[in-house]
Amino acid sequence: MNPDELKDLKEKALQVRRDIIEMTYRAQSGHQGGALSWVEIGLLLFFKVMNIRREDPFYEDRDRFVLSKGHACATLYSIWSLLGWIDREELWKFRRVDGMLQGHPSRRRTPLAETSTGSLSQGTSVAVGMALGLKMWGKPSRVYALISDAELQEGQTWEAVETAGNKGLDNLTFILDYNGLQIEGDVHEINDPTPIEEKFRAFKWETYRVEDGHDFVQLYEAFTWAKGVKGKPQLIVARTVKGKGISFMENRYEWHSKVLTEDLYRKAMKELGVHL
Amino acid sequence: MKRYEIKTLGPPKAIREAYGDFLLSVGEDERVVVIDCDLGHSTKAAKFGERYPDRYVEIGIQEQNMMGMAAGLAAVGKIPFTSTFAIFSTGRPWEQIRLSIAYSNFNVKIVATHGGIATGEDGASHQMTEDFALMGAIPGMKVLSPSDYYSALSVLRAVYEYEGYVYIRLVRPKTPTVYPEEFPYSLGEANLIKDGEDVAVIATGIPVHHALKAALDLEKEGVSVAVYDFLSVKPLDEEAVMDAARKRHGVLVVEDHVFWGGLGMAVSSLLARKGISVPLSFVNMGDEFGRSGKYEELYRYYGLDAEGIKARIREMIG
Repeated sequence: MNPDELKDLKEKALQVRRDIIEMTYRAQSGHQGGALSWVEIGLLLFFKVMNIRREDPFYEDRDRFVLSKGHACATLYSIWSLLGWIDREELWKFRRVDGMLQGHPSRRRTPLAETSTGSLSQGTSVAVGMALGLKMWGKPSRVYALISDAELQEGQTWEAVETAGNKGLDNLTFILDYNGLQIEGDVHEINDPTPIEEKFRAFKWETYRVEDGHDFVQLYEAFTWAKGVKGKPQLIVARTVKGKGISFMENRYEWHSKVLTEDLYRKAMKELGVHL
Repeated sequence: MKRYEIKTLGPPKAIREAYGDFLLSVGEDERVVVIDCDLGHSTKAAKFGERYPDRYVEIGIQEQNMMGMAAGLAAVGKIPFTSTFAIFSTGRPWEQIRLSIAYSNFNVKIVATHGGIATGEDGASHQMTEDFALMGAIPGMKVLSPSDYYSALSVLRAVYEYEGYVYIRLVRPKTPTVYPEEFPYSLGEANLIKDGEDVAVIATGIPVHHALKAALDLEKEGVSVAVYDFLSVKPLDEEAVMDAARKRHGVLVVEDHVFWGGLGMAVSSLLARKGISVPLSFVNMGDEFGRSGKYEELYRYYGLDAEGIKARIREMIG
């Protein structure tokens, strides 16, 4: 990755974070913490890693992205706007009755979402089905699914993981947004999903750990690794910070989803370099 | 509504056999994929797997995953048919059907065998008598319930040609055929299979042939009974319901399903909305779970067989 690309991605990351705050402030609802934790992962996927066409979002041989942790969709919508796929004015109607951007991704309302998600774990099976179908067609397309650590508590996740491993779906990559927190607190205290990599390897997956899931260079190395794996699906465990970029949200589970007051909104925007 | 004049029942043929036979008939279509959850020989989906192993996806006992994978397969242009028993096709993966398939609007065909108490000896744990309610409640879901082998073939063909998500309830036992052959079918249609003046029987699934037998028997006693085969529970063929409501002594609705959320409730609701006052009677599972027993014994026990239907019609006539 060259320095210009890196600079551009970092600028975009700042923009996406501003959008997340603006959207959830205007909506007076939404999920900030988990949206802020996958900003770099999402940008890298859509602007560097995935084979997509900006001028044709439904290009048949595109790589697919499934946001299994659907509540974190503010990030996805912001990225769509940066790709020019939706009008930026739509962002400000997020979660509103006169808008199209639903509280969780809806393929029915916005076909840019490859599938509807929001009920945890359901995206995992859909991603497995896509990867299998693409293989049946002999297509080169890959499938990427962003999952959350708490999603590992859902039984369906392991059904999907078992099948993907046994079918050797090497065109499938799960990225685990490992921020360690869920609605009620610490994932490890509520129902510990570790050891994560050992479990996936037992299900015939290959795994890779990214120590800083906000570092584009580390993430890019992981995605490059994933593309090279043959015969097995891949899990990238990206250690992230819930609420990344906003000091009072970072590593605070309360900010999974909380209404932004005007004071806190101004404070958050100031931290993102916007003086209102 | 289409009109037929069926005068006799044909030799027994299992409805679920139609599923395997239908799949083979469309097997050359590369879009067709069948997912099985360890019941392929019971559902007859395995017939497809023997000839098209590359598009027969065996995933073991993972019904929730099956529905999600079906959505994903549809997302990349396949026409997935999911295959398992009705209980595991609707109850267990209901929310996956709702979100991943229906809300996403994917072209998935949910084919369930072993619907109703007709499943028999396995008992209530395996007798799905709430599937019309569960599936019908999902926005946009079409709910089909063929009455015999040939209508199952006809319905499956229509479902395959239709772009959208559907639920098809098939059943386990071998039952007499109602129709002599496969026929052209449009989703949502009911068939009038025998006309009559005194009472109209609206039935769905294998109770249809029991109703027809009852009607043919009663004809000899001078009672004229019309029988409507509601191959589609949702959408409801309103024209057929209105036609039935014109019979002298009212309408009897027969189904192997609980009352709540079933065909009987749908028919009552339509008639009430249309402001039509007509005597209504029902034969169904009421508000009860089924029990173990042979299919024929259970249908007799719960009054779903021809004798039970005849008795109810005689009550209606008074």
